[in-house]
This record gives sequence, C-alpha cells and structure tokens, in this order.
Amino acid sequence: MAFRLKLVPTQTNIDFFKWQRVTFGASVLAVVLSILAVAVLGLNFGVDFKGGTTIRTESTQNLDISIYRGALEELGLGEVSITEVFDPTFRADQHVKMLRVAPQEGYEAVTPEVIAEIEATILQVDPAATFPSVESVGPKVSNELITKALLAVVAASAGIWIYVWLRFEWQFAVGLVAALVHDVVITVGLFAVFQWKFDLTIVAALLTILGYSVNDTVVIFDRLRENLQKFKQMPLRDLMNLTTNETLSRTVMTMTTTALALLALVIFGGDVIRGFVGAMLFGVFIGAYSTLYVAKNIVLMLGLDRTEKTKKERKPGDHEFANIDA
Amino acid sequence: MTDTPLWKRVLIWGLVALGITFALPNAYYQRVETHNDAVAAITAAGGVATPEQAADRALWPDWMPSALVPLGLDLRGGAHLLAEVKVADVYAARIDALWPDVRDALRDVRDQVGNVRRQPSVDGVLRVAISNPDGMAVALEKVRALATPVVSLTGMGQNDIEVTADGSDIVVQLSEAERIATDERTIQQSLEIIRRRVDEVGTREPTIQRQGSDRILIQVPGIGSAAELKSLIGTTAKLTFHPVVRSTQDAGADAGPRNILLPSMDEEGVYYILEQTPVVTGEELTNAQPAFDQNGRPAVEFQFDATGARRFGDYTANNIGKPFAIVLDEEVISAPVIQSHIPGGRGIITGQFSVEESTELAVLLRAGALPAEMTFLEERTVGPELGADSIRAGQMAAIVAGVLVAVYMVASYGIFGVFSVIALSINIALMFAIQSAIGATLTLPGIAGIVLTMGMAVDANVLIYERMREELRAGRSPLAAIHEGYDKALSAIIDSNVTGMLTALIMFFVGTGPVRGFAVTTSIGIITSMFTAVYVSRAIIAIYMGMAKPKSITV
Repeated sequence: MAFRLKLVPTQTNIDFFKWQRVTFGASVLAVVLSILAVAVLGLNFGVDFKGGTTIRTESTQNLDISIYRGALEELGLGEVSITEVFDPTFRADQHVKMLRVAPQEGYEAVTPEVIAEIEATILQVDPAATFPSVESVGPKVSNELITKALLAVVAASAGIWIYVWLRFEWQFAVGLVAALVHDVVITVGLFAVFQWKFDLTIVAALLTILGYSVNDTVVIFDRLRENLQKFKQMPLRDLMNLTTNETLSRTVMTMTTTALALLALVIFGGDVIRGFVGAMLFGVFIGAYSTLYVAKNIVLMLGLDRTEKTKKERKPGDHEFANIDA
Repeated sequence: MTDTPLWKRVLIWGLVALGITFALPNAYYQRVETHNDAVAAITAAGGVATPEQAADRALWPDWMPSALVPLGLDLRGGAHLLAEVKVADVYAARIDALWPDVRDALRDVRDQVGNVRRQPSVDGVLRVAISNPDGMAVALEKVRALATPVVSLTGMGQNDIEVTADGSDIVVQLSEAERIATDERTIQQSLEIIRRRVDEVGTREPTIQRQGSDRILIQVPGIGSAAELKSLIGTTAKLTFHPVVRSTQDAGADAGPRNILLPSMDEEGVYYILEQTPVVTGEELTNAQPAFDQNGRPAVEFQFDATGARRFGDYTANNIGKPFAIVLDEEVISAPVIQSHIPGGRGIITGQFSVEESTELAVLLRAGALPAEMTFLEERTVGPELGADSIRAGQMAAIVAGVLVAVYMVASYGIFGVFSVIALSINIALMFAIQSAIGATLTLPGIAGIVLTMGMAVDANVLIYERMREELRAGRSPLAAIHEGYDKALSAIIDSNVTGMLTALIMFFVGTGPVRGFAVTTSIGIITSMFTAVYVSRAIIAIYMGMAKPKSITV
C-alpha cells in the first residue's frame, strides 16, 4: 500500500457524546461570555459603521507615533487614534501608520477640508509621508451600513434555515441554525475581547463562516439521513456517532485545506485584509467544532421521528440527485 | 471508463479549453492592456494607427480573446465617492422663476385683486399678498391657469403647481407629482453633467451610477487623490453675468429689493451689490477654453450661443462705462467695466487664476452647471502603490496557498490527489475566464475569495475520494468504487454548495465595493468548482483508468 498522509485513522470509533455535557456547557458559556464581551467592552467599529475618517500614512522615516499625535492635537479634531502597522510584507524603510479621526460634530457628510488639513499637518512633521488610502464615511451612510450588515446576517441565516428545513427534517434546521448563531456570536465576541477593527469586511467574513459552517454540517446531516435509512433499528445516538466517525476524515481534510489556504493569506496577504481572513480562519475551526459538538447535540436533544421514515421505503442512495450522472 | 458518453467528454474538455483560452490574457495583463488601449485608440482615430500604436497592438494577437478581469479600486488605486444631490434646491429656483409670471398674470386683473406684493416665505413656497381679498377667487383662477400638466409616467393628469389661498395670501408650491418628476430630472441631469466632467479629464473606465432616489456613486480608477476629483465634480459651476449696482466693504449691507449681495472671490472684504436677474447665464455658453489675457495671465475664453450673444451684445452696447459682474457659484470672479460694445458673443474671464484653475474652470463651463448642489457622504481613495502592494501580497498568498493545498492533497490521496490538483488549477483558470468574460471586478477580498476557493473547492474531491475509499474497503472493484464514490457524494456536494451560494448572493446584494467583489468571486468559484471537481476530475480519472488500466487502485 502506497504512503498516505492520514490525520485521521481509517477506522475511528470516537464517542462524540461522551463529554456532551462538558462540550455543550462550554459552548453555551462561550456564547454567553461573547455576548457579555460585546455588551461590556463594545466592538471597535471601523469607519464603515461608526462614521469618521481613517487615513493610512506611509513614510520612509521611522517617526514615533507621539510626534504625529502632537502635531494633530493642535488641530482640535476631537478623538484621534494613531496606530502603527507592522507587516512581514513591508519593505525595510516602509513605516505605516493608521490615523483614525472621529466624525466631526454637526456634519451630515464627509468634510474634505478636515482631510486636507490633517494631510498638511502630517507633511509638516514628516515631509516624506504619503497617504496611500483615505476612507471617510458620513454618519448617514454608516447608519445605513449597520442596518444593511445586520440584515445580511439575518437574511443569510434565514435563507439557510429554510433551505435546510426543505431538504431535511426541521430538527436538523434548528440544530444547524443554533450552530450558526454559536459560530457568529463567538467570532464577534473574539473581536470584542481583542478590540480588533470591526468593519464591513468582517461582516463578509461572518457570512463566509456561515457558509462554511453550513457546508460542514450539511455533509454530516446528509450522511446521517442516508444512515437513518440503512440502520433503522440503531439508536439515534449510536447512529450519529457512526455517521460522524465515517465523515470525520473528510471533516478534518477540508478543515485542513481551507485552513492552509487562509493561513497563507493571513501571513502573506498583507495587513489590509488581515482582519478579514483572520476572522475566516477562526471561523473554520469554530465551524468544525460546532458541527461536531453543537448541531448534532441539538438534533439529538430534539429527537427525530423515525417511524414516518420507514413508510417511505427509500433505498439507500436513492436521494434527489441520484439520477444526475456525473 | 465506458459510462461517460463521447459527446459529454468532448463537451467537458471543450469547456476547459475555452476557459483556459479566455483566462490566458490575464497572465499577460500589462501586454494585453496596452494592446487593448491601442486598439481602442486606433478605432477612435478611425482605423489610422501611429507606428507606436501599431507596435502596441502587435503585443497581443488580434484573434485571441483580449478581455481582462477588471481590477477594483483597491487593487488599481482610485477614488470612490458617494454624493447626495440636494434635489430640494431645485424647487426653490423653480418657484422663484414663477414669480414674474404670477405678477404679470395678476396685473391683468388688477381692478379685481388690488395691489400684488410678494411676501417672505420659506424656500420652495411662493407667497403673494393681494390687497383686495374679495378678488381671491379670480386671483386663484388666474394663477392656476399658469399650471401645466406634469410630464411623467406616474404623475399623468396632475398639474405641476398647487395654488391655495391662505387668508389674503396666495400660496404657490410644486405639486407632489411635479416634485417627483423634478427630482428625477435633477438626478438625470446631474449624472449627465458629472459624466461629461469626468470624461473631459479622460480617465479609464469611470463608473457613474445612480443609487437610490437622490444619490450618485462615482468611481474613478487611477486618479491620484479624491480632492482633485471632488473639486471637479463637486463644484456647481453656475456662471451668471449681472449688472453691478455698487461695491461695498460691508458684509451686512442691505442690498435692496431684487438685488443680491455677493462676496468677491479674490479680494478679501470686498462685496458687490448686483441685480438679481442675470443678463446672461452659463447655460447659453457653447464653448469655453483656457487662454491668456493681454498681460499673459491665465484666463478663460468663452463663446455664447445665438440668443446669449444677442443679449450680451445688446447689454454691452447700452451700458458702456458701467461695471459688469461675472459670478461663479455665488462669488464674483471679476467686475470689469464695459469698454465697448461686444458683438459676436465672445468674451474672456480674467481673475487671479493659476493655469490649472483656468483649465478646470473651462472644463466645468463646457460641461455645464449642476442643477443642484451635492454633498459627499462617503469617500474612499486608494493610492496606486498600495493597490500594487495588495496585488503582490495577494499573488504571494495565492501561490503559497496553492502549493500547500497541492502538497497536502497529493500526500493524502496520491495519484488521485494529483488529479484533484489538476482540476483545481483548471478551476482557477475558469474563474478568471468567467470574470473576464462578464467583466466582474476583482478586488482584494476577491483575491482572498480565490485563495479560499482553493481550500474549499477540493472539498468536493475529498468527499468523493473518502466515499471511494469506503467502497474499496467494502470490496468493490476499482471501477465500481469510482462510480459509487461520485454518485453517492453528489448529494452532499450539491447541498453544501447551494448554501454557500446562498450566503454569497446575500453578500452581493447587501455589500458594497470590495465585499461585493468577494461575493462575485466566491459565487463564480462555487459554480466552477462544482464543474471541475465533479466533471473534470472524473474525466481525468477516466483517461487514467483507460490508459493505465490499473488492476487495483489506492485512493
């Protein structure tokens, strides 16, 4: 037999419900803590959601943040935050800072004068500075973006829920959406705890996490449905363990390939999208975890009505797409 | 394998070949772009090519597809602006313009309505007091006769103005239907004028789009700073020529009835009192060019149309020796004294311009004035260097991700891993082909989408291979195991991709700019990966099984 890299042995017989109280408890705790973190610490909203201006400065001089801060303080712009950005892809003489200015009071829209003023002030202390990116969002648009983003996450969850409900039993849909909420809430909680910038791209990452987590869960549910036909007498708990063990190799394979791709992006993709791909990378792991320990547990708790199934007399493999010839 | 009919195999490989052909230009982005620019320039010049253009054109064969994936602003650099048009401004101007007509109409029935006086009122509402309230019915009838039916699809049968009585006042305002129709016209006009202004500057592929009821999205790739773009499109550029009453140093001076007080553009503390009604306006200009005055200072030369030229000529003939103000956006550029009769409608605007300013003013005057003021709600600019850095970083990440996934797949599935890596490479080519063909913009999150697709697209193959392993363990023959593996995994593959597609679609409809780019790329990736992971990989395995005829296979 040829060499094969196997992260998961060919035959596994793991009881995924052995620690179900612990894992489920941990999940509930993590969700509660995440909600608390968001409530207490709040999210570090980017200009997309909070309004205001971010200016990226780049210079060949390595000036201290305090020099920039000192210069900008004289302008009296209110809250100004300055952070240094480091990245392995930067050149040796590439010094990048992000300036963040709160929305100016009394303005519905962006104030170009303020941007021009900031740039002029920075150039006085650092003549080598350039401004590779400026983002400025008025409060009107940022409020709309918040609504849109929330709507997107809710619409995506609802859409997935309906699809899974149509394709599987309602218990599966409930379990799956619980897993999705779990993944999204914990990811958002992580952003609250570390105060990472939360902007539109992070919402896109959350939607991708939803998609990935569903993908992962649906594959197991699909197999479970098949096994429900095959082993009509086996208790649901054992059946679920069998199914998960059968698909475990695939779960780990896909998690690894996706994580490898995302890891490459986190390391080499530059600082502009690091938050975005970082959130997705975390989502891959949390998604795999929730598939194994959240979605199925809820289905098990809700129980499945298996008597109806026996009436239908479906052969294994006799699914909706069986006649599509690949 | 004998179970795939010939036509299907031909179709699959045909699609793959087509995809690779259409993706190929992107591998030579610079060359193809130069070629495309040259072709466009040659077509614009009516088929005549300069030697340079001909050389540029030869960089890429004409018979090859030359569509490229358009790069988003975050990769190419450029400016993104979201402007809100203050549509309500136009109501006030419309209503003000009605006043002379209302006055004249009521003058005809003076014996019944008495004296007519305009009352102060909020913008967009005309209040006219009549001294004889008994004549109100007649007055209303007269003013209502000024109304014209609204010309729009929804407002059919309604009049443009609403005339009501309020005590001894007649109140005139625009009807709801007319407001909607006016808003529509204002936005259309603004779009057209912004488009003309941006085109004058001649950047590549600007996007100027209406958003919602009163917003305009402007995306201009390759522009250095948004400030430049904003001054170009944010300026109303309303040019008018007014008779000067007098000049003053007092900012609070009382201008008197039918007059306006405006500041000077260049001289601090100098104000002019002008007659409110302009003699001629910028709407009557046919051309404007940057030029120099007799002292060699930058200026703008202009040319009026026939009506404008006649009015300008008549006015200058009758007012020799009097000052005359040139007003741009409520500021007096200059107020020269009329030296002589100016026939022919030609003139020159002098002021304290730099060459850039006079050039910009000429552009603005040529393109016409915006019907209403605009405010900017959102601005995002990315410099071309940051864009180039992002492309480099994205490429690096994509290569590393590709190698990692390939090594891992081959280590896990041997020769079958190689097949899925081939299918994956074809997948990436197809993604580029489709994005080029439909002109879907590639953004930085879009590159992340491609890299993510690399990781997730092999999932379908993993599902199939894991199934094949199970079937082989169950003692099936290689051919049967392959057949069953593909057949049984299909349900899970479709289910998982449908939900992925769903979230991508939602992202597309909700997201903007870069996020939308991510949604587009991942949706395309989902479709192409279904094709490559299921059909192409199976076709590859069919070739392998047909040629190598292995007695047993190890997945």
